[in-house]
Amino acid sequence: MSSSSAAGVAGPTGNVGISLPPGHRDTASVIAADVRSGARSAVDVLAEHFARIDASEIDVHAFNHVMRAEAQVAAIEVDAAVAAGRDPGVLAGVPLALKDNMCTKGIPTTCSSKILQGWEPPYNATVVDRLAVAGALFVGKCNLDEFAMGSSTENSAFGPTRNPHDFTKVPGGSSGGSAAAVAAGYAAVSLGSDTGGSIRQPASLCGLVGVKPTYGLVSRFGLIAFASSLDQIGPFSHTVADAALLLEAISGHDPMDSTSYNAPAPLLQAAVADGVANGVAGLRVGIVTELAGEGMSADVLARLEVAAQRLRDAGATVGQISVPSTKFGLSAYYLIAPAECSSNLARYDGVRYGLRIKGESAANLQDMMSASRAAGFGPEVKRRIMLGTYALSAGYYDAYYGQAQKIRTLIIQDFAQAYSQFDVLLTPTSPTTAFSFGDKTADPMTMYFNDVATIPSNLSGDPALSVPCGVGDDGMPIGVQLLGPALSEATLLKAAAVIEKGNWS
Amino acid sequence: MSVVKEGWELVVGLEVHCELATNTKMFCGCANSFDTEPNTNICPVCLGLPGSLPVINQTAVEYAIRIGSALNCTVVPSTFHRKNYFYPDMTKDYQVSQYDQPINVDGYLDLPNGTRIGIERAHMEEDAGKSSHKGGSGRIAGADYSLVDYNRAGVPLVEIVSRPDIRSSEDARIYASELRAILIATGASDGKMEEGSMRVDANVSVRRYGAELGTRAEVKNVNSLRSLQRAIEYEAARQIDLLEAGGKIVQETRHWSEADGRTSSMRSKEEANDYRYFTEPDLVPMSPMPEWVASIAAALVPMPAARRILLSEATGGVLAPSSDPVVTVVDQGLDGLVLAAIAKGAPARSAINRAANELGAAEASVISALNIDSFAAVLVMEADGKLTATQAKQVLAEVLASGGDPVAIAKARGFEAMESGAAEGLVDQLIVAHPTEFRRLKDGDPKIAGFFVGAAMKLSGGKADGKAITALLRTAAGL
Repeated sequence: MSSSSAAGVAGPTGNVGISLPPGHRDTASVIAADVRSGARSAVDVLAEHFARIDASEIDVHAFNHVMRAEAQVAAIEVDAAVAAGRDPGVLAGVPLALKDNMCTKGIPTTCSSKILQGWEPPYNATVVDRLAVAGALFVGKCNLDEFAMGSSTENSAFGPTRNPHDFTKVPGGSSGGSAAAVAAGYAAVSLGSDTGGSIRQPASLCGLVGVKPTYGLVSRFGLIAFASSLDQIGPFSHTVADAALLLEAISGHDPMDSTSYNAPAPLLQAAVADGVANGVAGLRVGIVTELAGEGMSADVLARLEVAAQRLRDAGATVGQISVPSTKFGLSAYYLIAPAECSSNLARYDGVRYGLRIKGESAANLQDMMSASRAAGFGPEVKRRIMLGTYALSAGYYDAYYGQAQKIRTLIIQDFAQAYSQFDVLLTPTSPTTAFSFGDKTADPMTMYFNDVATIPSNLSGDPALSVPCGVGDDGMPIGVQLLGPALSEATLLKAAAVIEKGNWS
Repeated sequence: MSVVKEGWELVVGLEVHCELATNTKMFCGCANSFDTEPNTNICPVCLGLPGSLPVINQTAVEYAIRIGSALNCTVVPSTFHRKNYFYPDMTKDYQVSQYDQPINVDGYLDLPNGTRIGIERAHMEEDAGKSSHKGGSGRIAGADYSLVDYNRAGVPLVEIVSRPDIRSSEDARIYASELRAILIATGASDGKMEEGSMRVDANVSVRRYGAELGTRAEVKNVNSLRSLQRAIEYEAARQIDLLEAGGKIVQETRHWSEADGRTSSMRSKEEANDYRYFTEPDLVPMSPMPEWVASIAAALVPMPAARRILLSEATGGVLAPSSDPVVTVVDQGLDGLVLAAIAKGAPARSAINRAANELGAAEASVISALNIDSFAAVLVMEADGKLTATQAKQVLAEVLASGGDPVAIAKARGFEAMESGAAEGLVDQLIVAHPTEFRRLKDGDPKIAGFFVGAAMKLSGGKADGKAITALLRTAAGL
């Protein structure tokens, strides 16, 4: 795979990774509190983050586009609001990175694809508008696997992102750039999108908290679609409290998204504080047997047990539960997601915006469209478009797409059944710690297996999160996953706070 | 009447697209008005820009329900699907449409002649932009370049699909005409074929009487009711000729050329797109509340069929609902005027006939300026014998052209019907002056009555009542 060649054993500077100061806690909660009280200026906070970008971004490659000037203007405005006694917003002065599949008005938005070359959205995604109002400072647009298709950022047209903990390792994906930006201290928090694990898996591999909210909790308006029925925007953060803060800020009904929940944003920060203070007495936790054995590495399973013990210690009961249909999740996902993507990505045809191939090979309309798409999309995107087109074709629909939808229904039913016995489910997030560049690019199926534990909650639409729970045999971070029924974010974050508390003690 | 060759039966189903007369588009807030500067009523949503999402226009749903209710459909829970195909005027390279769960199902439309045509479905979808191919033939192949206007992209449409119940080209035209009148009556669409807000495609097949349904061809680019009838007749004849010569009909889409008066193949079934329909994940299923549906149906004004019955009843059944003048009056939307005139004392039958014949051709603005009292007054004067039929038409024409009081107009023109005594004197005069012709009348020559009426008119300066003269002559001749 050519895409992995840009990453060697070490970065261009010869460094092998970044060591953030021990106990690094420049969190969004602390920054916002400091800036709002006037203890620190937003301009100073931003300067500290840009200093880290300047020092190591050449190695990490978290960003497709750094928004230095725009962030500077926003910081000055926040400081002016504080000085004038106006409310600067709940995320005042918080440096925040956006996955480069969220539309930013007048700022290139590429999905790490050549097909969107030169395109600047004429509008902001809803989450971007909400965060701007909340006083966040957008530091840049983060690298991703092209159109969010991948688990390592190796599918980016602009080269991969390195894991800040070890430059020889992938940061995970597809939101690898968003994870790396926070892990490297370029931003206090970031947004990713999760279609089959694209927030939770990189969060696990980079030692962060990552949340895939309930489908419909966060507006998708302005999120460039991969698979519309699965995509959901969510936060990356160092702490559970930050995840709650950021998720509250972006949640809530959006009339521009028909699939948006028509309800106010949930109260999440209070739940986290409650978990930290009072534990989770009486919480029923189920470990999913199908995801706690075969295919999972020993160190990952060991950390899963540590997480279970921390929950027990905080008052939870932990049991085992079989969710049989999860083993079909991967197959169903790799039909449904490509089917939707084959339709969502049809609009990139060279007619209205983005890359257009001209000349002899594109003499008529059909050839121009074919040539533009052939040149603009990378191999993984093409593979999924072809898979999806096939799965929806006359004569194959019932056997593939139709069958996958039935499995999806089965998974929804199985999880509903599980949630009648347990409040939350506990699984590994990823089968292994961060792997090396090129390790899994030769065989797509090996790469796809990374998502085995994360995919079911996208299919069911339920929320899930990954929270750090120590490191593996290689010293790299390991996260565990908590799953719950629709709109159970408060419960999940509360339980996550208990697991996180164990990391600090 | 049938233009189809002896022994063959024509089978037609029509697919009618109509643009809904909403203020805004189907899935965004852009103005639904494409008669403006190209590419001005556009936004990220109707341009299908990356990241944009559709939101259903509730008024469009209401209008679709109006149409379904007027076509006796059942309104059911429905979903939207994506119909995938690449074309530059489709901003997303898929069209949001309804597939196996359309909003309106199983209705019917009764033609004025009593034939019932089943309505399979009336579903919602979005329109595409409009391409203009420059250079070459004006079609995309061979064009130098193409321009696209996306003002029309995302305009709400309802597609009304009939069952293959139509058996003549004339019924096809009548169906389209009746459907157009229904659409206008619902207020959901303006039904203007010439502006493309109503577009008709015809599925045409032929079979020997009693045989299975034949293979159909879909005829597109039919831009008027007249060309619909012509295109079906051409296509039926083409298929019969081909079958009689031992050929086979292939399922295909054919393009009607108004100039050539013929259809030609656009694409065969094999070349047709596989649309890869699947549920539109960006929209949620619709399940209109029964109370809402009922209130929409209840608020509909009477449809043309009911209005024809009302007119017929006003004549005591003398004019049937399917009679030409009744159909014309309702078609032209003159029934309100006619009923108002009847309420003011005008005789129903002559009100309908005069409206069909004298008002039918007038401009809408002229009709709307017509004073109903004046219209009724003319008809009453005619009924009272104060005006002859010819005079009534002339007075009505002047009232239409320049307004004014019918009594004054009649007076100014010297239209005062003759006293019956004067008519008798006139008849005596005529018999004396034309003994040979009177003999022929007595012998039963039917053509000679006209001669006497003409002569009476000449003698009286147009004031004679032709009917009265004829009656008096017949009495005198002992007939």
